[in-house]
Amino acid sequence: MTELLYAVFVGPFRDMASSPAFLVEVLIGGLFTGLMYSLVALGFVLIFKASGVFNFAQGVMVLFAALTLVGLMERGVPVAAALVATMAVMVALAFLIERVVLRPLVNQEAIILFMATIGLNFFLEGFGELLWGANVKRLDVGIPDRSFVVAGVQINQLEMSAAATAAVLVAVLAVFFQRTRIGRALRAVADDHEAALSIGIPLKTIWLIVWSVAGLVAIVAGIMWGAKSGVQFSLSLVALKALPVLILGGFTSVPGAIVGGLIVGVGEKLGEVYWGPLVGGAIENWFAYVVALVFLLFRPQGLFGEKIIERV
Amino acid sequence: MSQAIAGPLLEVERASVRFGALLALSDVSVSIERGEILAIIGPNGAGKTTLLNVISGFYHPYEGRILFEGRDRTRLSPPDVAELGIARTFQNVALFKGMSVLDNLMTGRLLKMGGHFLLDAIWWGPAKRQELANRAFVERVIDFLEIQSIRKTPAGKLPYGLQKRVELGRALAAEPKLLLLDEPMAGMNVEEKEDMSRFILDVNGEFGTTIALIEHDMGVVMDITDRVVVLDYGRKIADGPPEQVRKDPAVLDAYLGASHD
Repeated sequence: MTELLYAVFVGPFRDMASSPAFLVEVLIGGLFTGLMYSLVALGFVLIFKASGVFNFAQGVMVLFAALTLVGLMERGVPVAAALVATMAVMVALAFLIERVVLRPLVNQEAIILFMATIGLNFFLEGFGELLWGANVKRLDVGIPDRSFVVAGVQINQLEMSAAATAAVLVAVLAVFFQRTRIGRALRAVADDHEAALSIGIPLKTIWLIVWSVAGLVAIVAGIMWGAKSGVQFSLSLVALKALPVLILGGFTSVPGAIVGGLIVGVGEKLGEVYWGPLVGGAIENWFAYVVALVFLLFRPQGLFGEKIIERV
Repeated sequence: MSQAIAGPLLEVERASVRFGALLALSDVSVSIERGEILAIIGPNGAGKTTLLNVISGFYHPYEGRILFEGRDRTRLSPPDVAELGIARTFQNVALFKGMSVLDNLMTGRLLKMGGHFLLDAIWWGPAKRQELANRAFVERVIDFLEIQSIRKTPAGKLPYGLQKRVELGRALAAEPKLLLLDEPMAGMNVEEKEDMSRFILDVNGEFGTTIALIEHDMGVVMDITDRVVVLDYGRKIADGPPEQVRKDPAVLDAYLGASHD
């Protein structure tokens, strides 16, 4: 019994203390993975806030973006041009979704819009593979996958560049939504569609903007993930990890999505490396869901979500 | 009663609206004169809110036209209608509940803030100056409605009467030419009703804003309006000064004889 307690509550921490450089490496790895969850979750939150639609297709949008980028590059398009073209494709996709899916379903129940995004999910998955093929592709954006050592800690150049890009993206988005009128309009739309319309906010434009932004975020997530483990179908499964992130962070909170993603990423990496051997590994696969479950039980609105108060 | 300067501000010409088998508005013509306070009354289900929704672009009539300042704008969307200078409130208070009172009013002024949506994001020097100028106007509205003390309070936390007042403020922040109020005094006590009546009269008097309102309280209607339009079963049954409408046999019939509340 004492041995077990020791193995759970003391051993792992002693391991951490004995090799701080390794601990830092694990933390960095966790933060990197977490950042990717954050990006997917961010796409969810933006769309959910502005239109009340739970976009099941967010994960496939990541896959679709990465497939388009790789597909173009395989056909000899230079990286920069392929990137611009992919951005254009994602904006065009947002435009089409607003026209073909959202507009005909305006004022329908949330569950119906959710079902529509499941359809969208299958469509994009099939369409992407039809266009670009289903085999695993290597994504090489020109940043070498090299590591260098700083103070005994291995740092991967590719991961660092990706993380920096994601951080810049998040900062730009934060400014965009807080300093501009679009931010206020977005919050207004999230609060009350009718009232927003009545003061002159065009819902369609707002939807186009949030779906486009979600598409651009998907590109960055797709590049990060694709450069690390190849562009393949499993990319869309990242979306499943984004779900517990959303529960942790709160469905309507942008900071929540980011912090939630990082917590899940770091948590599952630490769990896997230090506690994994106790249970034979695979903690990484279920950690996020257990955290989500605990949150659902004790704090259903998440870390930063708005508490739902019903007036009676 | 205020006189028209150059034709009515808004004309609804023989508009009909249908929801499935239900004829919500049937061949209704109403004109709203510049500078007047018009009341739209009628029993429940008479089509009053439908008429307001038609004017503000939420519904489109399948027959008839709507002219604003002489121009046809029958099929405009609500945001386009707002851009013309028509602001409205809703029967069941539609505020941005998560935002402070101040932010609600600033959001109401969104259209008045020039500049470009996307350019603002890149270059916010001018946007900032805009913001300050607009803030000054919003503060005037706040003073006018005597809601200084709650400007930082989230709108959703306010009592109902104050929410209605904030909603009026949000509409005023857009400096509308035409203000549509859907039951501005519903659910209010006598004191709150008196306040609201005073605000409506002052908006009309000081800013010259044309107002069309739906109201059930006949005392209020008689006191503050220049003209009354009465709807019943989607048809217009009377139109004229309050004293005259009050004595109209068709109106008495609609309210007393054939009440369908």
